[in-house]
Amino acid sequence: MSLFEFISQYWPRLLSGTGITVAQFLLSSVVAIILALIFALMKMSSNRLVKGAAVTYIEIFRGTSLLVQLYWIFFVLPLFGLTLEKFTAGYIAIGMNAGAYGAELVRGGIMSVPRGQWEAALAINMSSAKRMWRIILPQAVGIMLPPWGNLLIEILKGTALVSLISVTDLMFQAKQINASTYLSAQIFGTALIIYYIIARFMFTPFMRWFEGFMARKLGKA
Amino acid sequence: MEDMSAYPLEISGDGTPMVSFQKVRKAYGPLVVLDNLDLEVATGEMVSIIGPSGSGKTTVLRMLMTLEQINAGVIYVDGRPLTHMDKAGVLVEATPKHLRARRSDIGMCFQHFNLFPHMTAIQNCMEGPVHVLGLTKAEARDRSEELLELVGMIEKKDQHPSRLSGGQQQRVAIARALAMRPKVMLFDEVTSALDPEVIGEVTNVIRKLVSEHNLTMLMVTHQMGFARDISDRVCFFYDGKIEEQGRPADLFGNPKRERTQQFLSAVKEAV
Amino acid sequence: MFDWLFKDEWFPKFDWNWGYTWEIIPRLLEATLNTIIAAGAGYAIALVFGLFLALAQRSKSRALTFIVRELVEFVRSTPLLLQIFFIFYVGPQVGITLSPWVSGMITIGLHYSCYLSEVYRGGIESVPKGQWEAATALNMSTLQTYKRVVIPQAIPPAIPGMGNYLVGIFKDTPMLSVIGVAELIHTANAIGSETWRYLEAYTLVGIIFLALSLPAAGFIRAFESFVRRKLGM
Repeated sequence: MSLFEFISQYWPRLLSGTGITVAQFLLSSVVAIILALIFALMKMSSNRLVKGAAVTYIEIFRGTSLLVQLYWIFFVLPLFGLTLEKFTAGYIAIGMNAGAYGAELVRGGIMSVPRGQWEAALAINMSSAKRMWRIILPQAVGIMLPPWGNLLIEILKGTALVSLISVTDLMFQAKQINASTYLSAQIFGTALIIYYIIARFMFTPFMRWFEGFMARKLGKA
Repeated sequence: MEDMSAYPLEISGDGTPMVSFQKVRKAYGPLVVLDNLDLEVATGEMVSIIGPSGSGKTTVLRMLMTLEQINAGVIYVDGRPLTHMDKAGVLVEATPKHLRARRSDIGMCFQHFNLFPHMTAIQNCMEGPVHVLGLTKAEARDRSEELLELVGMIEKKDQHPSRLSGGQQQRVAIARALAMRPKVMLFDEVTSALDPEVIGEVTNVIRKLVSEHNLTMLMVTHQMGFARDISDRVCFFYDGKIEEQGRPADLFGNPKRERTQQFLSAVKEAV
Repeated sequence: MFDWLFKDEWFPKFDWNWGYTWEIIPRLLEATLNTIIAAGAGYAIALVFGLFLALAQRSKSRALTFIVRELVEFVRSTPLLLQIFFIFYVGPQVGITLSPWVSGMITIGLHYSCYLSEVYRGGIESVPKGQWEAATALNMSTLQTYKRVVIPQAIPPAIPGMGNYLVGIFKDTPMLSVIGVAELIHTANAIGSETWRYLEAYTLVGIIFLALSLPAAGFIRAFESFVRRKLGM
């Protein structure tokens, strides 16, 4: 069977799988960004309890595998009375994992805003919340966009793991088609190319545009 | 523990100084930067602080801006304690809330301008009035435009700092500080990071402030000529203490202390 | 004092069984060893192949540089899980039949070689241009310049990145479970399906990963400063 015939036969399943993958990617990214922000700020807190909670979260999620976390959230959490639907468990696990890495990026970005900016904001008597939100974070975003681009690519790749808890994403469809047809080269090759197109020709140009947009907004260009 | 009852809860009456440092001490671990500093600045007075680097002169301004905590003594602004507060008749260390309430009396300009790079010149000036003082955008814009006019930056009001020269950035920074309507303005080596040919545009703005406005000002500077021209009083700092102070004509023309003489002649040779 | 927190109806099946825990620990430790072997072998492949990829990207041939660059980008932007399936299932179609172990280690090694090539490149580029010029002024050959001047200086800045990817490869080995490599997750899955108890096995796997990867950051830092001292930097 030629590649063309193959794709014309299986495109509906590949397309629906791609849709689920993109949905998982977007939802995980949102969860990761929110958690990264929260835990970065908590880790910078002077309250030891708050700081300790953030450090614990970050170290646990960075110190274990995404797959272990996914299985734990999907198979073990129900024993604690919290049952997540598999689709939800998928993006929550990926988002929590990436959020821990992202928290360090956010913290690094915040710390690399020059000290003079904090002082100038204090000199016009801004409250600490306003200093962070209006002066420091906008500048930190500009600094941390390139590493966030890489992290978001890792999230996209990580979504493939949700197939292992039977979320019907692109990886899952590929596995299923392979099991029924044994056309491994065609199906896995096609899936690889779809992931590559999403990452390289859709997401990367978007990040470039966004970096340029932020640079203009931050008055750098 | 220091006995705080030695310090008044409030300074009042005629001739209350705008700024008063009383027995202020600042140390970083074993390194004493300022010791037992007493310094008063009268309302409307322009005081310049000069001295070799490491003499603690910048620290004086940073303490007054509450960027540094002091280790002993009390700083008063407009007769009321800044670094401390009155708690049932006793002076206790200021809470963040007290500092926020009192800090609005003071404005500061920095050596490296520290303009917010993600905001245009006028947005930099409007930021405090809108988000700290709670003015409407229209009020803040009027006020900011007036001040940008004063510092000669009105044509560049919509430019981001990256498009402005050092001198222009510093003038915007002065407008930004003035927009908060402080009672005391602090200038921390505002010309030190500038190319020689643009120093004049910044010093001219400060001259204008001195002659046209009745602001209390404290200025740390390396420009002796400028300090001599515009100050009411000059303080020479050496090794964490005021070694000598007086009217500019006296201090520059007829320094009494040996260290002052050495410093001034060393500066003269360098020029 | 916290009894009220642990009501049965809240945690219907939450009953950690210590006897059972001790029973499964030996199997998990054996799997840990397998995991470490898989990660170590994969890393060895990545270290060597990554260097080739890095040097190829610095070659004078525009075509070679372009092809390698695109290959690295391709591998880095597609899921490792999919690559594992691809090599394992497509290999036999072209006449290369590999055991799950070998196939898995090769895939993970090639995947990470692309990341390591970037680390090497970063290290080499961190060596100031003046060093190349000084080597040229001493009339050193390209090979001599790399060996005697550039690489010794490129190593210390590359160590943190290299160390992070060692930990990364270790944490990605669970994906090999999908083709039947008996590493930690594969073993935990097996235990779970035998007894229908997932709590102990998955939790222990998590703890084992933490116990091995948490100290790694400290070791990497210590190793970096050791190398810097050795090189007198």
